[in-house]
Amino acid sequence: MDELNKSEIKNPNFEIPTMAQMAAEGKQPEILFWVGCAGSFDERAQKITRDICKILHHVSISYAVLGTEEACTGDPAKRAGNEFLFQMQAMMNIQLLDGYNIKKIVTGCPHCFNTIKNEYPNLGGNYEVIHHSQLIQQLIDEGKLKAEGGESFKGKRITYHDACYLGRGNEVYEAPRKALEILDAELVEMKRCRSNGLCCGAGGAQMFKEPEPGNKDINMERVDEVVAINAQVIASACPFCMTMLSDGIKHRDKDQEIKVLDIAEITARANRL
Amino acid sequence: MIGQIVFLIVLATAIYLFSRNVGRIRRNILLGKDTDRSDRPAERWKTMARVALGQSKMGKRPVAAVMHLFIYVGFVIINIEVLEIVLDGLFGTHRIFSRALGGLYSLFIGSFEILAVLVLTACVVFLARRNLLKLKRFSGMEMKEWPKSDANYILIIEICLMTAFLLMNAADYKLQTLQYNHYIKAGSFPVSSLLTSFLAGQTSTLVAIERACWWFHIVGILAFLNYLPYSKHFHILLAFPNTYYSKLEPKGEFSNMASVTNEVKAMLDPSFVPTAEAPGRFGAKDATDLTWKNLMDAYTCTECGRCTSVCPANITGKLLSPRKIMMDTRDRITEIGKNMDQHGNDHHDNKALLDDYITREELWACTTCNACTEACPVNIDPLNIIVQMRQYIVMEESAAPASLNNMFGNVENNGAPWKYSNADRFNWADK
Repeated sequence: MDELNKSEIKNPNFEIPTMAQMAAEGKQPEILFWVGCAGSFDERAQKITRDICKILHHVSISYAVLGTEEACTGDPAKRAGNEFLFQMQAMMNIQLLDGYNIKKIVTGCPHCFNTIKNEYPNLGGNYEVIHHSQLIQQLIDEGKLKAEGGESFKGKRITYHDACYLGRGNEVYEAPRKALEILDAELVEMKRCRSNGLCCGAGGAQMFKEPEPGNKDINMERVDEVVAINAQVIASACPFCMTMLSDGIKHRDKDQEIKVLDIAEITARANRL
Repeated sequence: MIGQIVFLIVLATAIYLFSRNVGRIRRNILLGKDTDRSDRPAERWKTMARVALGQSKMGKRPVAAVMHLFIYVGFVIINIEVLEIVLDGLFGTHRIFSRALGGLYSLFIGSFEILAVLVLTACVVFLARRNLLKLKRFSGMEMKEWPKSDANYILIIEICLMTAFLLMNAADYKLQTLQYNHYIKAGSFPVSSLLTSFLAGQTSTLVAIERACWWFHIVGILAFLNYLPYSKHFHILLAFPNTYYSKLEPKGEFSNMASVTNEVKAMLDPSFVPTAEAPGRFGAKDATDLTWKNLMDAYTCTECGRCTSVCPANITGKLLSPRKIMMDTRDRITEIGKNMDQHGNDHHDNKALLDDYITREELWACTTCNACTEACPVNIDPLNIIVQMRQYIVMEESAAPASLNNMFGNVENNGAPWKYSNADRFNWADK
């Protein structure tokens, strides 16, 4: 699996445009890339963020990020019951987005995706919102993105873990699978997949607290399912699932045999971006 | 004539008691807060037709789906037979439809009898799954005592009713072949005709069996009707309105609290004038703080446990069981209703849904993954209740777990759930 690690050290050799910068130059990007808190601060998720930028750069989409102006969508506060904090965040973000006249957003996180797409309109924020797996699917469908010139995933046993807020939450089941189908890999499904998918254990603000007492951690329950089907790669599309699954794989001492990779990372690697 | 009068009294009493109990449940449901579910009627009818009438969500568990379908179709179709029985009872006739329907009547009776056998089979299989195979889904801390017996009572009652129906037809059929009295040939009886050899030959005994089974069957059905409002079996009625009033938004979407929007707008813009008055309480502490839809959900729940069996928290041994959330909500609102009936509308028993029924440990174990709402065959939403109760704990009591309070503080101060400075938010681009 060494070849899988090659591109990890490769950093973007291009400028990442910010909205502030673009506005100063009087330019309007086609799409805003909403990075999210995990994508901004979590070291593992930062790699995914850079890979999403590489994909956007590769297909020459005009995009920008908010940089230091971005703030939490309020998702964890809302799921934990702090509606005040959620709506404060939401309204400040809507002000910012509307100030830049944003129309279309791609997010790197299913939680940001769900919140901006579904919960912002009622507070006055109306945007076309897609998740990065949907962007990748669109680019594949349009023939702008292939899996060539990079690492070969041929014959590798890859399974996809449905993120709750992408799958059940918004019925996005096919887009991430589409990104895997072009790899010529051996795609395997876990018993609990798609609408029956098992949560990684991070949603509903669980990411930020210790689990309640029980006999097993939820991520271990999920990881054991991955181990059972002998997958070599678990594809994920959510930075929180990424953390939970990676921790679980490490805990089972399987991190040499099983890699956890985001859909964006797999796409970037397959194209040596 | 006496028979007709007795029948009329029994029927009228049954209907009166049933409507009184249904009225109570309706009153209890309306104790909940208002929520608007009157939009998109076409989509709502479609949802009801698909999920309730068409049983679309049952298919995920094929064995249960087929067995349940037998009972469901059996119940609906055999109601035509019940109509005939009621008319016979009122007018003192015998098989009133047989003359009017002619050859069709044979088809009806035939299908009723086959369905009756299928219902019997399904009930026996269901009893075995609960009591012999002891399926995990049917156990759990909330499935002891009444809920456990309730499930078995329903199945046993249905077995008795179907047996009485078939036995009644068998005796009737034998009398018909003997051309006894008013027992005129009324068509083919494909199942019960096989049972005739077990019956005595004397016509008086046959008439007694036929009459006894007739009375047992109809009085049993009327009694069962009155059992419904006390039982999880009430889902046969509420499944329809409950799916009609389903949440139509994506599962991931949680509705925004309008009362909070007012306060937040006022905070961000001092010139803003709020349009609606502030609610008495943010979130839900007691069952009456929930919406009427939450309470309708609670009365619709048939305790099948599909939600709990897919709940990641429950699977990994945590206290949370979405089914228990629904059962607790129903038990609590029923208790509040009973208190109102016994002690007047202003009575307070100093109890609440939170802590007296549902513990905080249960509420904080939820990952909001929507597996429960996806699994429910009648679109019940336990997650919505969990979130409303979290809202009460957080916004009214400020009693969230310490680590969540830290997260709130970080979001408020740094714009991220972790303790990172917002100035470092774009550092990933330079790495």
